[in-house]
Amino acid sequence: MSDVKDFFVPVRPTWCVGCGDYGIWNAVKMALAGLDLKPYQVMFVSGIGCGSKLPDYTRANGYLSIHGRPMPVATGIRLANHSLRVIAVHGDGDGYGIGGNHFLHAMRRNIDIVDIIQDNQIYGLTKGQYSPTSDRGFVTTTSPEGAIEAAVNPLALALAAGATFVSRSFAGDLKHLADTIMKAINHRGYALVDALQPCVTFNRVNTYDWYRQRVYKVEDETGYDPTDRMKAFAKALEWGERIPTGVIYQVEGKPTYEDQVPAMRAGLLVKQPIVSPRFAEEFEALKDAFV
Amino acid sequence: MPLNDMTFIIGGEAGQGVESSGAGFCKALARGGLHVFGLPDYRSRIRGGHNFFQIRAGTRPLYSHGGPPHLLMALTEEAVLRHREDIPAGGGVLYDPEHAVDAGWLKARGILAFPVPLGKIVKDAGGTRAMVNTAALGAATGLTGYDFSKVASVIEDNFRRKGQDVVDLNLKIAQAALDYVRTTFASSFDYRLEPVSGPPRMVINGNQAFCLGALAAGCKFVAAYPMTPSTTIIEFMSARAARYGIVTKHTEDEIAAVCMAIGAGHAGVRAMASTSGGGFSLMVEALGLAGMTETPVVIVEAQRPGPSTGLATRTEQGDLLFLLHASQGEFPRIVLAPGTVEQCYEAGIRAFNLAERYQTPAIVISDEFLAGAIRSVEKEAFDLSEATIDRGQILSDAELDALDGPYRRYQFTGSGISPRAIPGHPKAVYSATSDEHDEEGHITEEADIRTRMVEKRMRKLEAARQEMRAPETYGSPEADITFLAWGSTYGPLREAVDVLNRSGRKANLVHLVDIWPFPGEKVVAPLSRAKYIVDVESNYSGQMASLLRMHTGIVVNARILKYDGRALSPDYILAHLPEEVK
Ligand SMILES: Cc1ncc(C[n+]2csc(CCOP(=O)(O)OP(=O)(O)O)c2C)c(N)n1
Ligand code: SF4
Ligand SMILES: [Mg+2]
Repeated sequence: MSDVKDFFVPVRPTWCVGCGDYGIWNAVKMALAGLDLKPYQVMFVSGIGCGSKLPDYTRANGYLSIHGRPMPVATGIRLANHSLRVIAVHGDGDGYGIGGNHFLHAMRRNIDIVDIIQDNQIYGLTKGQYSPTSDRGFVTTTSPEGAIEAAVNPLALALAAGATFVSRSFAGDLKHLADTIMKAINHRGYALVDALQPCVTFNRVNTYDWYRQRVYKVEDETGYDPTDRMKAFAKALEWGERIPTGVIYQVEGKPTYEDQVPAMRAGLLVKQPIVSPRFAEEFEALKDAFV
Repeated sequence: MPLNDMTFIIGGEAGQGVESSGAGFCKALARGGLHVFGLPDYRSRIRGGHNFFQIRAGTRPLYSHGGPPHLLMALTEEAVLRHREDIPAGGGVLYDPEHAVDAGWLKARGILAFPVPLGKIVKDAGGTRAMVNTAALGAATGLTGYDFSKVASVIEDNFRRKGQDVVDLNLKIAQAALDYVRTTFASSFDYRLEPVSGPPRMVINGNQAFCLGALAAGCKFVAAYPMTPSTTIIEFMSARAARYGIVTKHTEDEIAAVCMAIGAGHAGVRAMASTSGGGFSLMVEALGLAGMTETPVVIVEAQRPGPSTGLATRTEQGDLLFLLHASQGEFPRIVLAPGTVEQCYEAGIRAFNLAERYQTPAIVISDEFLAGAIRSVEKEAFDLSEATIDRGQILSDAELDALDGPYRRYQFTGSGISPRAIPGHPKAVYSATSDEHDEEGHITEEADIRTRMVEKRMRKLEAARQEMRAPETYGSPEADITFLAWGSTYGPLREAVDVLNRSGRKANLVHLVDIWPFPGEKVVAPLSRAKYIVDVESNYSGQMASLLRMHTGIVVNARILKYDGRALSPDYILAHLPEEVK
């Protein structure tokens, strides 16, 4: 059995005391240990932001890319080696803002990647500007009169884009978050985990208390059916006084992108011989096509 | 009677199959042992406008387009108006009398008019308007007396996939046009073509040649977002992906394309992204990511004229300095600029070897002219036995098993190259990061480590510089005129040098394929003997001349620069020789 300690590295996080990123970090490790995954079987891919430093603090394969681009990097890794459990972990600005285009396309592709968004409704690393998920009216240094844009609704967007697993959890509820991440890892296909993450330094509105007063678990609701896409849409639209968490939507049995790529049926791309033994013959035929 | 030495133009609207019939005719000529060079010229539109395809045929190797067209196959009136001024006396125009062509104008200049009812021939045979180009091919075959069986074999190959009915119909049309021409004009056209004996030759363009190299190199992953003139690379590879075990990905944008290639490269497969300047602009930030994380990745940049959308379907060499300096900060990169289809094939292999050996991005820069122009070349020129694959320093499973202590991905070494481990092995667990990092890959801001890491990365550039090849020198060793060039202008310049040397002048060409790291001393060697250096480039500012001065202090004597979006031709170069050496 693997243990949370297996993912320990002697590097101290630079996060502020009390930051919600600690909760997400711990929950991720709990989920990996809970599923008996080993560091070498997992590949974290992040972008740039406070939360994106998580792979540097965790013993596992990691690739800390550039702002907004973890999804395509993760996709390339997955296509080259689909034995790796690829987990993207990045902020709301990274995933829903600058990386928004990749977000949409990863979902419609149903690439088998877990996409954890550390959603603190703010830009943390650049010291407190409003983010795509900041609520209307949210006052920051770049929205001194209050944000005048409507916030992105990541869950509704995910449902519309064809995501096969759509979930939300809260960094203040470790057990629920770890459970949700485990379900996401076990899901075949793209899996979104929108992790509500208090930024104790720059977001004085959406605090632990603010979230705690509002979040509820759809699992606790009798009769909630996460396979019903229309019901999931209605849930996804809830935001404000009550905020749903848990697996909002999951459909199983849809082919993943990887399932459908002919070259990947022969096994891992990275394990294929660099050129096939028959290539010399094939090469003559390739050239003959031009004669 | 000029035999086996002529230039054709086939001109018409977009959608009339000008390019496919031009390429088909080239193949038919090559099957008859002739050397060919074919240059498509098309506009950025799907229908209408004026497109043309220039074909040169001869009995010695041809490296360029150029020279006046001896036969114009005009599918529209506009084609006649656009090209008739260039046709020499004794040349001919083949056209459909349906079109209002001023035969008197032609005759007054000694140009032969060959009205052939192409549309009617097609209709009578039961074909559609899209087959008029087939009729034109048949007619041209008849006029030049060429062997119809060669043309027929290409028609069969090209239409086979569409079924025997389509093959038969096209053959019937071509034959009917040929018969019409033979009975109507007998052998009134002076220019003749005849098969000669020769080895089988491929007719291939730069993008295709590069792809053959990439396949031979074991490229396993190709990502791209369509952009002329690079699109045919991802199309070529996609068509063959299932067969050769390659994953190709048409991505949401070029940022995704290069990032996926970087991800695949990081995971251990040979990966590339292909694009043009606009897409490369989007890739710039990620280029530095690959430099920082020391990830091997190949990027192909097929240039077209900028800035911005520029001339979408035309050619230019305007991106050289941009490419060499793109992305913030300093990191090693490799830049190769092939100039011929043979060099494109070789670049397809070398780029992957260099990217993996130095664990850094390798960029192949070409342009619309090289990417799209086709040339006949012996099959042996693409030699698989020379396609050695060098993956650089990769730790084997056994070496990793034997590792005691943590794996140091970015270990300080004398060469700057740190042995790479492919993720997935229990001992190979590490994080790569775009932040500055220590030997194990952890983020650091320590001044000392930063300094040593910069130096480690840049040592790779010095190591790579040693193996960059010297420029090729072609022509007279004791030249009075030395042309300086890089990339696609090789062919036109080689022919210009031949013309000068045949006329008793002494000229040579110094041509760079290996551009970065700049092989300074190897470039100085041939240029230090030069009496008069003329820099020839398809751009406004003479970027290679600037690079040369920056790295060697050598100042060129003159420049021939062209930036109208059309390829440089030998005629153009000779006509624009500076006064001092005219
Ligand atoms: C191309 C680019 N633009 C801007 C930045 C600066 N930047 C770094 S992190 C960040 C936003 C971080 O916000 P988020 O993704 O929500 O992460 P958080 O810090 O909140 O965890 C920005 C704008 C960058 N690194 N790269
Ligand atoms: S700034 Fe906010 S998000 Fe960043 S570490 Fe501090 S509390 Fe966390
Ligand atoms: Mg944020």
